[in-house]
Amino acid sequence: MAVTYKLIETVTVGSGGAASITFSSIPQTFTDLLVVISGRSTRSSPANNDDIAVRPNGSTTNATSRYLFGTGSTAGSGADTKIYAGYMSAAGATASVFGNSSIYIPNYAGSTNKSFSSDGVSENNATAVGMAIQAGLWSLTDAITSLVLVSNTASNFVEHSSASLYGIKNS
Amino acid sequence: MTVTYEPIATESLGTAQASVTFSAIPATYTDLVLVFNGTIGSGVQNMELRFNGDTATNYSETRFFGTGAVGSTDRTSTASQIRVGNIYTTQTVNIIQIMNYANATTFKTVLVRSNNAGNFVSMHGGLWRKSPEAITTVFVRPAGGVNFAVGSTVTLYGIKAE
Repeated sequence: MAVTYKLIETVTVGSGGAASITFSSIPQTFTDLLVVISGRSTRSSPANNDDIAVRPNGSTTNATSRYLFGTGSTAGSGADTKIYAGYMSAAGATASVFGNSSIYIPNYAGSTNKSFSSDGVSENNATAVGMAIQAGLWSLTDAITSLVLVSNTASNFVEHSSASLYGIKNS
Repeated sequence: MTVTYEPIATESLGTAQASVTFSAIPATYTDLVLVFNGTIGSGVQNMELRFNGDTATNYSETRFFGTGAVGSTDRTSTASQIRVGNIYTTQTVNIIQIMNYANATTFKTVLVRSNNAGNFVSMHGGLWRKSPEAITTVFVRPAGGVNFAVGSTVTLYGIKAE
């Protein structure tokens, strides 16, 4: 029987950190994609967490999003012209704490605009944590062949951050 | 290799239709996941979920949501369906997880993530309180009597805890 939920690739950030995590040459043989991220950023001010942004095919245009967030003390909603991919912990978080995020991308190889569903949390056993659910849209009909994950503040992913890309088939 | 995340059925709509029903769902999985990716013809509507053809007031649901300007929460009680996100004329993704669907001893719960980047993002928890029975049929539709638009897809996956 066919494997319908398959690991395509895992990227683990090495010594010295990295400005981005990239999945390239994504096979077009699945229906949907899922990315699972364990991340920590070098962001130092504010230092508790950092947003992760995702760039389909490396693109920084044609993106919109809506999000809902909570910090433990406040909640709110916003919109942006980026596609967010959850949260990661940052330099001021407790040592060895990494945020958790996931991104679901249906019909990534099709000829319609591409939607993103992301969830993320950077729990820290302290105040000023972050959690969010995010809707994203890339208003282009191109098939997604690569995904680039970056810090929204142009910080780096620290060593041991990781991201895994899974492919899901509906038949 | 054991397949633990398996597509049960997919509907790719070649014509607009008022609802999608998956019936005769095998009881061989642990959980179900339904993924909707699509649109409706006009306006905005709730997407509604029912099980086993039950139209009685056996459902309830709590959600929190954001519009881009406001974050808020609300709920429905003693309802005849579970709201599982909004649907718009622009690309909407609603992902519904149905836990432990095959047992005949507990009420059934769902978790939902709804996404429309131009309008709305939400998370829902839902409950079906009919005298416990296995879920064998899943029904979804836009509220208000409108149709899912052409090109919409709905896929039901089964997940095994093994």
